[in-house]
Amino acid sequence: MIWDWAFAFEILPVLASAAIVSIEATLIGFALAASLGLVLAVVRIAVPWTGWTISVLVELIRSTPLLIQIFFLYFVFPKFGVVLDAFTAGVLAIGIHYAAYCSEVYRAGFDNIHRGQWEASVALNLSAWTTFRDIIIPQAIPPIVPALGNYLVALFKETPLLSAIAVLELMQTAKIIGSETFRYTEPMTLVGLFFLAMSLVSAALIRSLEGLLNRRTMR
Amino acid sequence: MGIRTLVAMLAVALVVIGALATQESYKVFMPGLLQGAVLTIEIAILGSLLAIVMGVLAALARMYGPAPLRWLATVYVEIFRGTSALVQLFWLFFVLPQFGVTLDAFLVAVLALGLNVGAYGSEVVRGAIQSVARGQWEASTALNMSRPQMLRRIILPQAFVAMIPPWGNLFIELLKSTALVSLITLSDLAFKAQQMNQNTFKTIPIFTLVLLMYLAMSLVVTIGMRLLERRASLGLARGKAA
Repeated sequence: MIWDWAFAFEILPVLASAAIVSIEATLIGFALAASLGLVLAVVRIAVPWTGWTISVLVELIRSTPLLIQIFFLYFVFPKFGVVLDAFTAGVLAIGIHYAAYCSEVYRAGFDNIHRGQWEASVALNLSAWTTFRDIIIPQAIPPIVPALGNYLVALFKETPLLSAIAVLELMQTAKIIGSETFRYTEPMTLVGLFFLAMSLVSAALIRSLEGLLNRRTMR
Repeated sequence: MGIRTLVAMLAVALVVIGALATQESYKVFMPGLLQGAVLTIEIAILGSLLAIVMGVLAALARMYGPAPLRWLATVYVEIFRGTSALVQLFWLFFVLPQFGVTLDAFLVAVLALGLNVGAYGSEVVRGAIQSVARGQWEASTALNMSRPQMLRRIILPQAFVAMIPPWGNLFIELLKSTALVSLITLSDLAFKAQQMNQNTFKTIPIFTLVLLMYLAMSLVVTIGMRLLERRASLGLARGKAA
């Protein structure tokens, strides 16, 4: 028997609790990515001389593998006396990696704001902070929500990498079940199906969100 | 970033790797890391070739194939885009043998990465074909071309240019994903780094070199694709005037 339903149901609760860790990692990682990315994008505009440094930094982060970055953070921090547990180091690496991608998305959002908006803010003597908070960001964010959503899904699909530093998320749990019972078919397939289901659902959500935003911002 | 900046970055990365390699504490790691880098490059090249083939086939099947083929291609694309590359890699490596198909780890790596990126690529190919102006299709019909003729002579040459930048991004993604194969026992660059780190605990030198090597490889791909794009768009009236 290649597929054992009884076994599949037996391991389902264990995998479900591991899925919660994966989802936690996704949400914390994305919160970090979205906020850090915004900071990078805003600093780049507000402090012009940082532009070059930030683009080199973003290029560096985007052109090296996330797995290596995870290893790097996990093994390097203890050298400076900061011991991070695997979950924190992993989520931090994922967050920073995706912040680089998100900052480019925000940048595109800011670039789409009409120049008159900036000029009007200067004419009204608004501070840089107020301009960003009340004028630019409320206009720049809604159009890029779908793009950010795509990165949320991409980030979610990268969380299995955390298994490489033994975070007990879905993949690691499936691997442990596999090595204990010598049955890899059910755990691995269930993990695959879980990711597939989550991706399809979130793709549908993003599409409807996109429709909603289009209708709301229609002028 | 402009192509000059990219070339400058590549030069800096190579110079830094070279300079570090002369240091005693870094030198010892170079032979092993370079060996790993060769495997990484092999997997990346073969995976990319497979990705191109799969991307084109899946896109054509979805656009022009008969219903069963179209359906098959859609399932392929959704499955490989909807699950993680690591899950696919592990599935092919751990689960397939239980169905009696045991593949060599290297083959699994090329297959998983190629199929994964090919699924994303099929959307790129589809988008590029659809982006060719409608007048071009109409003119080919007016000239009484058959569909294969139309695609081969009119549409694909124009779609090809639009495909280059997104394929460049996908190749970079694939190159970065090769690090995952270290988790199925292949001794690529990431594996060597891990192994040396566990043996010597010289984390900073090892990972600095490895990151720089991946950076250099990515930059080579980016620069190559930029040059290809420049070459391919010669004589086409598209984009901003040079």
